[in-house]
Amino acid sequence: MRKLARFFVPYIPYLVILLALVYGQTWATLALPSYMSDIVNKGIVAQNNNIILQDGLKMLGVTLLGGVFMIGVSYISTRIATGYARRLREAVFTRVEMFSLVEFNSFSNASLITRSTNDVQQIQQVLGMILRIALIGPFMGVGAIIRAWDLAPSMTWIMALAIVILTSIIAVLFTVALPRFKQVQKLVDRLNLVTREFLTGLRVIRAFNREDHEEKKFDEANMDLRRVNTFVNRLLATLQPTLMLIMNLVSVAIVWVGAYAVSSNVMQVGNVLAFVQYAMQAIAAFLMISMIFVLAPRAAVSAQRIGEVLGTEPLIVDPDEPQKPKADLAGTVTFKDVSFAYSGADKPVLEHISFTAKPGETTAFVGSTGSGKSTLISLIPRFYDVTYGQVLVDGVDVRQLRLKDLHAKVGYAPQHATLFTGTVESNIKYGKPKADLNDVRHAANVAQASDFIAKLDGQYDSDIAQGGTNVSGGQRQRLNIARVLAYKPEIYIFDDSFSALDFTTDAKLRQALKQETAGKTVLIVAQRISTIIQADNIVVLDEGKVVGQGKHDELLKSCSVYREIAESQLSAKELQAAASSGQLTSPELAL
Amino acid sequence: MTDAKNIKQSQSRQAVRPGMMRPMGGGRVAMGTDRAKHFGRTMKQLLQYLRPFWVRLIVVVVFAIGSTVFTIIGPRLLGDMTNKVVDGYVATQAYDKLTAQLPKGVKLPAGTTGKVLLQKIPANELSKIPSDQRGAIAKIDFSAGRPKYDFAGIASIATWLLVMFAVSAVFGYAQSWLMADMVQQITYNLRRDIAKKINKLPLRYFDNQPFGEVLSRVTNDVDTVGQNLNQSITQIITSVIMIIGVLAMMLSISWQLTLIAVIIVPLSLIASLFVVKRSQSYYMNQQNTLAELNGHIEEMFSGHTVMRAFNGENRSISRFKKLNYKLFNNSWRATFLSGLMMPITQFIGNLGFVGVAVTGGWLAIHGSVNLGDILAFIQYVSLLNQPITQAANIANVLQLAAAAAERVFEFLAETEELADPAQAAAVQPADIKGHVDFEHVVFGYNPGKNIIKDFTANVKPGMRIAIVGPTGAGKTTLVNLLMRFYDVKSGSITIDGTDTRDLRRADVRRLFGMVLQDTWLFNGTIKDNIAYGKEDATMDEIVAAATAAHADGFIRALPGGYDMVLGEDADNIAQGEKQLLTIARAMLANPPMLILDEATSSVDTRTEVLIQAAMDKLMHGRTSFVIAHRLSTIRGADLILVMENGNIVESGTHQSLLAANGFYASLYNSQFNGAMVDDEPNVQLVAN
Repeated sequence: MRKLARFFVPYIPYLVILLALVYGQTWATLALPSYMSDIVNKGIVAQNNNIILQDGLKMLGVTLLGGVFMIGVSYISTRIATGYARRLREAVFTRVEMFSLVEFNSFSNASLITRSTNDVQQIQQVLGMILRIALIGPFMGVGAIIRAWDLAPSMTWIMALAIVILTSIIAVLFTVALPRFKQVQKLVDRLNLVTREFLTGLRVIRAFNREDHEEKKFDEANMDLRRVNTFVNRLLATLQPTLMLIMNLVSVAIVWVGAYAVSSNVMQVGNVLAFVQYAMQAIAAFLMISMIFVLAPRAAVSAQRIGEVLGTEPLIVDPDEPQKPKADLAGTVTFKDVSFAYSGADKPVLEHISFTAKPGETTAFVGSTGSGKSTLISLIPRFYDVTYGQVLVDGVDVRQLRLKDLHAKVGYAPQHATLFTGTVESNIKYGKPKADLNDVRHAANVAQASDFIAKLDGQYDSDIAQGGTNVSGGQRQRLNIARVLAYKPEIYIFDDSFSALDFTTDAKLRQALKQETAGKTVLIVAQRISTIIQADNIVVLDEGKVVGQGKHDELLKSCSVYREIAESQLSAKELQAAASSGQLTSPELAL
Repeated sequence: MTDAKNIKQSQSRQAVRPGMMRPMGGGRVAMGTDRAKHFGRTMKQLLQYLRPFWVRLIVVVVFAIGSTVFTIIGPRLLGDMTNKVVDGYVATQAYDKLTAQLPKGVKLPAGTTGKVLLQKIPANELSKIPSDQRGAIAKIDFSAGRPKYDFAGIASIATWLLVMFAVSAVFGYAQSWLMADMVQQITYNLRRDIAKKINKLPLRYFDNQPFGEVLSRVTNDVDTVGQNLNQSITQIITSVIMIIGVLAMMLSISWQLTLIAVIIVPLSLIASLFVVKRSQSYYMNQQNTLAELNGHIEEMFSGHTVMRAFNGENRSISRFKKLNYKLFNNSWRATFLSGLMMPITQFIGNLGFVGVAVTGGWLAIHGSVNLGDILAFIQYVSLLNQPITQAANIANVLQLAAAAAERVFEFLAETEELADPAQAAAVQPADIKGHVDFEHVVFGYNPGKNIIKDFTANVKPGMRIAIVGPTGAGKTTLVNLLMRFYDVKSGSITIDGTDTRDLRRADVRRLFGMVLQDTWLFNGTIKDNIAYGKEDATMDEIVAAATAAHADGFIRALPGGYDMVLGEDADNIAQGEKQLLTIARAMLANPPMLILDEATSSVDTRTEVLIQAAMDKLMHGRTSFVIAHRLSTIRGADLILVMENGNIVESGTHQSLLAANGFYASLYNSQFNGAMVDDEPNVQLVAN
């Protein structure tokens, strides 16, 4: 909460103005009944037209003034709420942008998205309502009670009684309803899940002729939801009539009791009527205050979730005294006895990894899923920091380099090809915004993307939708590769980024890539043996350990894990043939 | 991937769909910007759903009338009560003033009433006494001592009021209760109909529609219909009754005052319409900017590593700031403008109050109304104000309901799959030998474009057919046709000589076991998932199937074993394990024929070996169609169907296709150089 309060500080002057305006608004609202009572007492009962007209005009003036105050309250409160939300949203977003994958994993992507969108929105709404409506409650409640007390202290017990009854009714209602609300949410989730399964499994459901079964399952979820929803709605249906009843009864009671007060000359008729109005205002004020109790918990949950994000400091930051990369070792990547464990995990994902990748060489990483290939590679751009050992780039520990400098050296093509909203061109030159169209075209050419780009309606200006959903998986991968190429880094990292390409494209791409990356350091993670068969150094990983290092031929002989992987993909003859001819590209005809 | 995409789309649709975040402040308006295309037609369809409830609706209306009528009578009676207090006050005041002027000791003769006294007062003095008080004075019997307040009368009115308000509350509650039940029932019915509809629609519909769309109709749209229906029906009924009743009461009090009210009150309607219109465009901008901003956040968080790796932080943040500022600007304007509603309507309400008080006071002095009437009238003005200011709101709520209902009805109106033939040939899976004949099959997903132009092939029992081709070649098309997820345009597919279209769809599907790459498992136990195709399977059969599918080993290693509950999307087991479970599922169903999709991606090599072995076992002795990725499967197939751009471009054996030197040969040769091509039919496969 303190984390969030900080962003409110600039709004304190506004808050002071707001309080003054709220005071004014309340004053105007409370002034009206006393004018009305004057109109009744001195005007209507005493037969004075002038008083009626005069007080009527005064009332209009007060109303107008009250309206101006109210507009002021509305203006300031919305400015505070939306402005505060804006600052908060920005703070959350910029914080998350600086997170490393360590923090990302601890929150999960989806959760971070809701925290910076829905949660902030929730706070904006609740804050706005509290400032605009609920804040008036205490002012008006206290004011109405004081004025009522002035008129007839003996009758304030009616107001007190009404408020006590109201409190207990609302309290009972919400104690009963709140758990049901949660239940409704759960049942809605359940219905969603059932429907989702129903829709995603249509082929299987029809294949096994289980349509009726699914319909029945849906019906159960539907029925459960209906049952609880009906209960909750019946419960909520009591609120409005009860409220009306209490307000009406209060009016009757006041006039009734007031009749005796008038008869004994304690009160005048107009005052009784004013008293009724104050009672109504006090009840309204009370309802406004009770709104805080309904709203606050919702906002509190959001506030806490946002506070967690703001309270998380990124672990991976620039060093205090960055070192210069060593020129004679430019482009080399060295792992020195590196171990890595995810925070909170007992078992390390990587253990004692050592190797060196030099410029002009291709280093490949193979291993079954879960062997730690992608984790290993993500240590180079410092998405994670090593738990033990050192990762050196240009001869310097990556933790001693400025992140910007490090990232400028390393070009990274991720496993899940990622594109951003924009155009084909803007995506290719994402890393080098100043690249000219020739560079972009060249990169696309090498990445085997120019053919399909040429077929697009706007070619390089074609729109890319959010997440790149309007191009195919293979096209996304090629654009990702083109982006790395346009970036012209010293070190290329391809994290299984050829997987969605068909074999001809894959082969052509690797041919073109060879020339393009000549003299640079290339690191490739691959599932397919064929992709890495010609690598200068193949690092074989198994359960986080290096179990073999060398060229294809050597590994076939010396490394059983490598042989096992190779054999599961290629036949013995193919293995030999490929090894001798060095031209095998893919054992899979059609991926 | 498609799942994630769909979810995202449905989310962003939710985010953009206006009216989702309705302001909740009192007196503010639901800012719906969602409009139905055919409002009238949709409403008519919605009425169809209300029809079974017509008796209940009448009861609701009766209760609503009861509750509202009492609400309307209330102020009048309260006014009468006040009048009694005023009468008592006036009478005692008059008595005190008059008796004070009488000489001491003088007693008025018995039966001296105010009437007698009034007659004796000179005319110019008399005019100073207000006419409505003259009546009160006239009734006073001055000889009977100081007049008393009519406390008995007051008490009786008060009792009446208490009873009436209580009855009104009961009626009001009964009405809301009935409405709540009815709306829940309708919501339930709509959902039930959607679920039934899902089963009747052809797969074609779902293949062309992100499933998030359908999902959002089942949940959000139905909810919106329900909620808004409840609100609007109740409001419309009570508003109409309220307006009529209040106007009647007003007229019974004074036509002059009614005239003032009728002039002033609609001002608030005009004002609210004006405000709504202005703020609506800002609301729309707000929703659009919010969607844009949320899109940016989503995208940047999902692509976080790429953004960081390419030093994109500053660009991302500056774009965010720009959008955030735009959102702020639209947001505060929208909220502020709609927040103007309250002061404006309140001001107009008070205007009416002052107008009535001033005119009423004047009328009272001239004797045509009394104080209680004025007070009652003031309450009527505010009662009339409510439904009229809400009219804009009701219109909006109705629009929201109509827009949501329209989406639901559109779905319910989609063309259904052709019904099964009335006299379908009966087939028993056990009797099927496994002849599958394609005779001049023509098929296309789009009306104008055939992708399979004229395909003929005869498959003998036990044959293994490999379907090959590059990514996106439409290899699942054949699966769709065999399973009758889609029907051929012309030509036929026959099984053991019977056209599949002459069979019931369910019977055709019973003949095939299907194992797709897209493993579908549901949130339930492993046991139930395996038994999905054979409901009455015993535990032994389940274990036997799992063992045959090489799944028994890993299942037993799981916490809970066969009783372990699979999570949503079965995300608590590995991809390869999911695949083994689907094989076990097909094993247990024991179909005469098979459709398989060979696993390739995201499975570690050891599991892949297991999957391959399980599939080989499953295919043994069954006619099998395999979407093949592995060279071994392809070369060992009895028939290879080569697909390109959705079309079957070639078919034959490995040898004959190579000899034909067509697309298959070029595909194969470009992959393996000439020396590599193996002419032996039986390749030694390490994996097996």
